[in-house]
Parts: sequence; C-alpha cells; structure tokens
Amino acid sequence: MGYSTKYIIGFAGAVCLVCSVLVSGAAVALKDRQEANKVLDRQQKVLSVAGLLEGKSLSPEEIQGLFSKRIQARVVDLKTGEYADMDAASFDQRKATKEPSTSQAAPANLGGIARVPKHALIYQLVAEGDPKQVELLILPITGKGLWSTLYGFLALAPDTNTIKGITFYEHGETPGLGGEIENKQWTDKWVGRKAFTADWAPAIEVIKGAAGTPEATPHKIDGLSGATLTGRGVTYLVQFWLGEHGFGAYLTQLRAKGSKS
Amino acid sequence: MNTKQRQALLDPLFNDNPIGVQVLGICSALAVTTKLETAVVMSLAVIAVTTLSNVAISVIRDYIPPSIRIIVQLTIIASLVIVTDQILKAFVFEISKQLSVFVGLIITNCIVMGRAEGYAMQNPPGLSALDGLGNGFGYSIVLLFVGFFRELFGSGKLFGVEILKLTTEGGWYQANGLLVLAPGAFFLIAIFIWLLKVWRPQLVTAE
Repeated sequence: MGYSTKYIIGFAGAVCLVCSVLVSGAAVALKDRQEANKVLDRQQKVLSVAGLLEGKSLSPEEIQGLFSKRIQARVVDLKTGEYADMDAASFDQRKATKEPSTSQAAPANLGGIARVPKHALIYQLVAEGDPKQVELLILPITGKGLWSTLYGFLALAPDTNTIKGITFYEHGETPGLGGEIENKQWTDKWVGRKAFTADWAPAIEVIKGAAGTPEATPHKIDGLSGATLTGRGVTYLVQFWLGEHGFGAYLTQLRAKGSKS
Repeated sequence: MNTKQRQALLDPLFNDNPIGVQVLGICSALAVTTKLETAVVMSLAVIAVTTLSNVAISVIRDYIPPSIRIIVQLTIIASLVIVTDQILKAFVFEISKQLSVFVGLIITNCIVMGRAEGYAMQNPPGLSALDGLGNGFGYSIVLLFVGFFRELFGSGKLFGVEILKLTTEGGWYQANGLLVLAPGAFFLIAIFIWLLKVWRPQLVTAE
C-alpha cells in the first residue's frame, strides 16, 4: 500500500492534535477537583500526624471542620524564630522556597536541600476552646529521599523534644520499598522518641536494622528493609529542619518562653 | 451474539487469558495487588483503556499508514492513560496515590498494545470493543485472584476490613510477610497458571 509522505505527516499531525485536545481538555476540566483533593489531603495529613484521626474515617466536611477548629496555622520567621505577621492562609511555602527574594541558598547539607525559605508555615494543635493552649507543634519537613523530594510533617510535643508523629504526604519513592515511609506501622515507631540530645543537638536517626524501645534507644528508628537510602534521606532532612538552619531558632524561642505561645 | 463475538469476549477470560496464557502484564500484576482495593481500581482502569484504545484504533485502522502504526497506537493509548490518571486523581485521590506510577505504566502494559496491534488493526470496532473488554476482564480475574490471597493472608484483611486478627494486634494470625512482597505475587500467578492448565489441558505447550 502506498501512502504518500504528505499523507503520513498529515495523519500523524491529526492524531496528535486530537489526542492533545483530549488530554488538555481532561487536565483543565478536572484541575479544580484535583487541587481541592490536594488541599484536603494535606489537611487530613496534618490532622492524622496530630493524632486526631485515630482509626476514624471522616467525610471531607468533617475534616475541614475539625481542621478549622483545632488547627492553627502560623508563619514563622526562621532566622529570628518569631512569628511573622503574615497571612497563613495565603502563604505558600513551596513558592516562597523557589522565589529568590523570599528564600536563600541552603548551607551545604546532606539532606539535598538547595534553598531554605525565610519564613515557614507551621501548624499548631490547640486545645478545644482555648487557642492559646498549644498541645502539639506540626512542622513541615522536606528533602531528598532516594529518587524524589519528600514532603511531610513532624509533630513535636510542647517540650519541643518528644516526637509525637511523622508523616509524608508526597513523595516519589519506590512503592513497597522507600514508599513504605508512608506506612503507619513504620511512622508509629517514631512516636515517643526524642528528637534532640541533652544539649539540644538534633540526634534522631533512622538506622539499619531494628532499634529498641523508645526508652532504650530514644534517638534511633528501625530502618526499612530495601530502603536504606530513603531512610538515610529521612535522617538528614529531619535533622536539617530541626537544626539551626531550619526550625532551630524557633524551637529555642519556644523553650525560652516555656510552652505557651 | 454470534460465535465470533462470543469468542472475542470470552476467550481472553480463561482460554487465552492475557496473564495466564500469554504471560503479559506481569509487572503491574505484582505491584498493585497487595490490596484488593487497588487491584479493583487498577482493573477498571485497564478495562477502560484496553476497550477504548481497541475501539479508537479499530475505527481508524484503514487509514493508519503501516509505517507509523505503532507510534499512532502508542499515542492513542498514552492519551487514554493520561486521561484515566487525571480522572482517578480527581475522583479517587487516595487510591490514585497508592497506585502512583502504575496507572501511568498502563501505557507500557503489553496487553493494551498487544490487543491494539494483534486484534484491533484487523477487526471492526464492535468486535474490537468486545475483545478489549474480554482482555481487560481476563487481566482483572488474575489481579483479583492474586489480590484476594495477598491481602487475606498477607495482612489479614479484605478490602481493608479485618478478617483474620493479626498477632500484632492481639489476635491469633501471624501475617505471611512473603505475600506482601513481590515474590508472593509470583507464586500466586504461577499457581493460577498451573490451575488453569490442569483445568484446560489443551493449553499446555507441546514440548
């Protein structure tokens, strides 16, 4: 069968055109829904790292309700450790990290963190009916795993030392291996361990093999088999964000003031 | 329904099962079957993609220049997969996160392209649709078979509902860790193929 070159190119062009209209149509039409899902997913992760979702499955409205009642978002100046007078609802930390005027190059670190924003968005779990009583600090953490950038939250008790939870809500690690950082069985192992040494140096680390109980080995977390490099990434990024270039100044402030906000 | 239509729809279920007999699409069958929930969603996605791509390619089969037919097929399949992925992200976000890259990898699932090249290029749209449905279902049968045993014996649950109480939660059942890992799926697929060949001895390849 003889097809002219013109026909072949024309045919290929037509197929591409139809397909691209289909794909971009779907992407545009579904964008709002997907964005809403992402926001909801993040709220849900904040609530779950705060321990408010234990074994419950809530409807999207209930999640939004619980989030607005118990969670308070605040913007923190990472350098001074003070709360910044900025609107937390419209603050986009990822955008701020990319923008040269609102971020700076990170000092050399093992966590694969290239830029640090000047301000960070943190969440506080507050007591019901008393927004002054902070029960839990929820800090955003991010850094490189093996293949991808991990985004998550670390929950600390008001003593700024005891870990109350960790969660990763976005990553591109291998499902079943590094992807197990999402697994609740593993994240539960963090609960009750200590983030810092006695002189406030970040010490929590993911080791190879099994760690003991939180009392016996307060600074060590079981490694995930088949995910040594992802685990190493988690160690570096958690230590970075707890350290002086991350939330160090803020946590020092909190300790100085006592746990009241 | 005449014989030819019946063949197109029903043969891929067992007699010509894409995984069991043709041994295609193994990669995703390992990856998404630790839980039944993900297996079901993945099955639906593959059924939708094979059916639609078969129809689309069958409709234009007489106009596709043979020299670029593979590229044309891939373009159509890839577009359908992206649309499917977008729909999953919009409507079942949690599950789409668990399926992660594997929805995108339907593009490279040999079943889809195999049916497009092997069937839809020679047959009219109606038959091709049945063939796509049949192959999608054939794939799903294996996925559900594997997913059922992996979730039940690997984590003591079905669709996330506890069936066997695990020792880690104070029950009696010691979860079989092998089934949660990829090799467990290999064993189950092998058992499936074995049973299929015992049931249908004519499928045994002559030595």
